[in-house]
Amino acid sequence: MLDSYLPILTLIIIALCFSIGSVVFSRLIGEKRMTELKMSPYECGMPPVGSARERFSVKFYIIAMLFIVFDIEVVFMYPWAVMFKRLGLFGFMEMGVFILILLVGYAYVWKKGALEWE
Amino acid sequence: MEIIFFYLVALIVVISGILVVRCQSPVNSALALVNTFFCLAIYYVMLRAPFMAAVQIMVYAGAIMVLILFVIMLLNLGTEAKKRYTQGIVWSSLASLLLLVNVVYFLKRGQVTDSVGDITAYTVQSFGHTELIGKALFTEFLLPFEIASILLLVAIVGAVVLAKKDV
Repeated sequence: MLDSYLPILTLIIIALCFSIGSVVFSRLIGEKRMTELKMSPYECGMPPVGSARERFSVKFYIIAMLFIVFDIEVVFMYPWAVMFKRLGLFGFMEMGVFILILLVGYAYVWKKGALEWE
Repeated sequence: MEIIFFYLVALIVVISGILVVRCQSPVNSALALVNTFFCLAIYYVMLRAPFMAAVQIMVYAGAIMVLILFVIMLLNLGTEAKKRYTQGIVWSSLASLLLLVNVVYFLKRGQVTDSVGDITAYTVQSFGHTELIGKALFTEFLLPFEIASILLLVAIVGAVVLAKKDV
């Protein structure tokens, strides 16, 4: 049964070899001519305006938190979707109640304007 | 073959676990933690629990790590926490050694219930791991499942109340 994961393992190994290999080989055989312009940090084409290591706004926190919550909601849907035909209408109602409760939260977030980037 | 792979992954887990506590920058620690989570997902696959592996990667290596990284950046630990807590290494190693002894003791005392009980390795293989979880979750553990949605609702409201200036 674990044999069916062999393609995934192969893919991971190829990806690892490629990423490590391209860094190592470009360092080994690439020519290095350091200029000031080349070594300056790149920031969307414009000159850097300050350190990137500043405190981030708490607005990011709310987005991350909402992402986790709805991510977990989707995770619960996987076993439900696999068993959907065997659970029938009962399973459909169960998931309906589950989504409805979370929809209340979604409406709350929307109403409070937490999704807006003020 | 499988046992060699097990120990290889175990080595990576232990090394990344050490890196989590030993890295200078908290962001590097967080990335080492991603590595640990990913290796744990490999163990779930080896335990014939692919759904758990998928959840491990999606929720832990994905969502939880995003939150941890955001908290590191919110607190701006990137530059300030140069001096990490390194005292008390004796006490912490003593505590973890004690924990290890406990775990090994209870593992030795318990018995393998592979061929006894409703869910055996055979049922998992024939019925399917995700299907078994779905069946248990939506019939036997229906109430906890619905309560989980209320828990998530509380998390949403809590995040909004915490982070919003004018609720």
